[in-house]
Amino acid sequence: MEKILQVKNIEKYYGSKSNLTKAIDNISFDVNKGEFVGIMGASGSGKTTLLNTISTIDKVTSGHIIINEEDITKLKGNKLNRFRREELGFIFQDFNLLDTLTAYENIAIALTIQKVSSSEIDGKVNAIAEKLGIKEILKKYPYQVSGGQKQRIASARAIITNPKLVLADEPTGALDSKSARQLLENFEFLNQKLQATILMVTHDAFTASYANRILFIKDGKIFNELIKGNDTRKQFFEKIIEVQTLLGGDLNDVI
Amino acid sequence: MLFKLSFKNMQKSIKDYAIYFLTLVLGVAIFYMFNSLDSQQAMLQVSQSQKEIIKLMISMLGMISVFVAIILGLLIVYANNFLINRRKKEFGIYMTLGMGKRQISKIILLETIFVGIISLAVGLIIGIFASQFMSIIVAKMFEANMNEFKFVFSRDACIKTCIYFGVMYIAVMFFNTMTVSRYKLINLLNAVKKNEEIKMRNPIISILVFFISASILGYAYWKVTADIRSMDKAVKLLPPILMGIGGTLGIFWSLSGFILRIVQIMKNIYLKGTNMFVLRQINNKINTTVISMSVICLMLFMTITILSSSLALRNTLERGLVEMTPVDINLYKTANLPESYINRFGNKVTYSKEQQEDSRITVEETLVNNGLDMKVLKDVIEIPIYATNELTLEKFFGSEIENIKRLYAMMNYSTPEEIVKISDYNKIAKLYGIEQYELNDDEYIVICNFDNIASLRNQVLSIGENIFTIAEKQYKSKYNECKNGFIEISTNHTNTGIILVPDSCALTEESKEKSFLVANYNAKTDKEIEKVEEIFSSDNSELLKRLSDKGLNITGISKISIMEASVGLATIVTFIAIYLGIIFLIASAAILALKQLTESSDNKQRYEILRKIGCDEKMINKALFRQIGIFFGIPLILAIIHSIFGIQFVLEMLSGLAEKKDLLPSIIATVIVMGIIYGAYFLATYFGSKNIIKEE
Repeated sequence: MEKILQVKNIEKYYGSKSNLTKAIDNISFDVNKGEFVGIMGASGSGKTTLLNTISTIDKVTSGHIIINEEDITKLKGNKLNRFRREELGFIFQDFNLLDTLTAYENIAIALTIQKVSSSEIDGKVNAIAEKLGIKEILKKYPYQVSGGQKQRIASARAIITNPKLVLADEPTGALDSKSARQLLENFEFLNQKLQATILMVTHDAFTASYANRILFIKDGKIFNELIKGNDTRKQFFEKIIEVQTLLGGDLNDVI
Repeated sequence: MLFKLSFKNMQKSIKDYAIYFLTLVLGVAIFYMFNSLDSQQAMLQVSQSQKEIIKLMISMLGMISVFVAIILGLLIVYANNFLINRRKKEFGIYMTLGMGKRQISKIILLETIFVGIISLAVGLIIGIFASQFMSIIVAKMFEANMNEFKFVFSRDACIKTCIYFGVMYIAVMFFNTMTVSRYKLINLLNAVKKNEEIKMRNPIISILVFFISASILGYAYWKVTADIRSMDKAVKLLPPILMGIGGTLGIFWSLSGFILRIVQIMKNIYLKGTNMFVLRQINNKINTTVISMSVICLMLFMTITILSSSLALRNTLERGLVEMTPVDINLYKTANLPESYINRFGNKVTYSKEQQEDSRITVEETLVNNGLDMKVLKDVIEIPIYATNELTLEKFFGSEIENIKRLYAMMNYSTPEEIVKISDYNKIAKLYGIEQYELNDDEYIVICNFDNIASLRNQVLSIGENIFTIAEKQYKSKYNECKNGFIEISTNHTNTGIILVPDSCALTEESKEKSFLVANYNAKTDKEIEKVEEIFSSDNSELLKRLSDKGLNITGISKISIMEASVGLATIVTFIAIYLGIIFLIASAAILALKQLTESSDNKQRYEILRKIGCDEKMINKALFRQIGIFFGIPLILAIIHSIFGIQFVLEMLSGLAEKKDLLPSIIATVIVMGIIYGAYFLATYFGSKNIIKEE
């Protein structure tokens, strides 16, 4: 299996020597091509910091992160920007759609800032919109569509550039349960039909149950790992709850 | 506590307040400078008649200051409202902490007082220093000599500035209190989140409105330039002005939709980099700012037109003066007065025996008879000017008369032309140092330097059939156009036409219309010159008293009187133009800048999204620069187009007073002034916005 992401012994410290916080304390793991990995943890566990270091928004104190054979801890300035633009796709909790742009334009802008030739853009946007079932709303503005549709537009924007890795930060955080379910089915679709590699951070067991593999993080360390294998989603969900109980009740207090 | 809070707030929001503060300071400084003109040193050293002009100017500037104060007042209230609205969330937090609206009003009140006092103080200091510099320019304009430099402070202007701005700040406080009392806590807390619904306009309607507005503007442009002849009454100017305003509003209403539609069709531009984003940003905002954009555009238009044409007027006047006043004085009187005649109002005018007799002798004889010592004059030349009903304007224009009457309906075409014998003219031309002419026995020349009339006359002369008869002898034009020249000194090119005929022309003594005398003063020093000038102009002049006692009338024009009148006129116009122009410019630039900065919180979120999806800082800065650039550019471009026609109209209205060739330097000067002020606001806005979108 081709390794898309390798995280090797990374650490991230905050604060001064006298008052040191280890947000990430020696974490290592790999993500293979086509995997759908969930990262779970309570607030303050370091999961968002982990995602930020992988997404090149934050820098590690030590260790290496290798995405598609490139060590991103060594990239700087414009190279880093280009890497982020071309190799990574992002899906954010609050969609982060541009309110002034139509759905079509929100998807297309991911391509235009990569300087993709304008003749290719139209076909690509229509193709992805078709797959995600948002073709009818392409001419609408974000404020005119539902939360689930917004999330699908954001997903389309994230994967239209064919990123090596799609990073999702609490993607269901702002959705009602129906929209959340739709979105997660979407993720499944992206993962299974479009072969997108997804790394998703969440604190919600239901959301996490859609992943193939889950890493549990507590106090900056990997606490446990669960693999779905041949389980049904319901069985997997129950396993997740078990681990959560083990981790301590604080996980459910978050919301 | 409140004091501390408001002081801290000021420090915190210094970036937001920077442009507001800058505008206040500039406003105060300019207000002081123009109101302190009267006490400036240059003003103390000008001549008596210039003092009269300055008095007029001061009183005009005083009136205009009221107008300026209203503009600045509106600007301050508007700008302040913007800043207050930007801080809704802050006030919301105060209110959840238990602060009442009254206390919030107090905080804002204290802030307004802070900003007011500091800006007034800084503005006055800058104004006082800048007015020293202006004093030098004033001295140059009035050609007063400033031998020593003295620091001048005008107490009156200072007090006036404080009162005017004090009133403005009180108005601001009043408006602020009103704004705060209308606040609802829930709206304050949600202020940032509020999701503004984007109003989209139907693209087809946009395109339609755009073309209709463009046509309306085109018609208005045509009306004030090509069709200017129909504008014979001030009331007729109203429709083009209203059309201009309506067209401008329409253009801004439809422009962004129109451009968006056009660019969307050009996919290779639209789908490139951040173009799409920038266009949408503009489209989004221009829709909600139609009125302010239009106001800004019209203010810029006025700035450009006022500055360019007033400077051109001044240049033309100055250049004209040197050329058109080659001698110190012209004196003339009507010859051959009849016993009585019926004037054009139908009244009978009678002349006494003495008046009739005097009109049959020369100007020089009249002067000597009334006790003038001719030694005060030198280079004296006196010529007769003839007129005969055999040659009127109507006859001169011949078959073209109908066309010309259509263009200039108000001219009196039965007036006889002024006729001068060639040798008489050459005597004067030699003294003036202008071109002399020669004539054969059957030829004539038209000399004329008033451009509009000259071109009319040229139409006739170019046909070459214009032959007229005096005393049964025919004369034809030597040239197929008018020649340059003049007899009477004046502020500028105002000679509408004199016909030069050969000396052999049989003009009778009875057809003498005027006796015309030109001379220089026989004086060397300024003091001596002024003494001679007094003989012909002072109220106490014995010569003038004697003449008026006898009912005799000699018209005199002196170089000094022309100089002073026109320098004064030019200076008044220039000062008022600069004053208004700069105020309009500051007002429009400040509104634009504040609008951009206060909307930057929306922008901040959007640019943050761009950053998140992978735009690097360079792309983001470029997008921001283009967005702000276009926002500053659009009203300016339309204003420039308006001005192209506006300036032509003004030049046409001032025909002769300001000429096209003097336009270029004044346009350059205008561009420099505008470039500095507008450019400074643009850059301040760009860097301010850049900071805001960078903030964590």
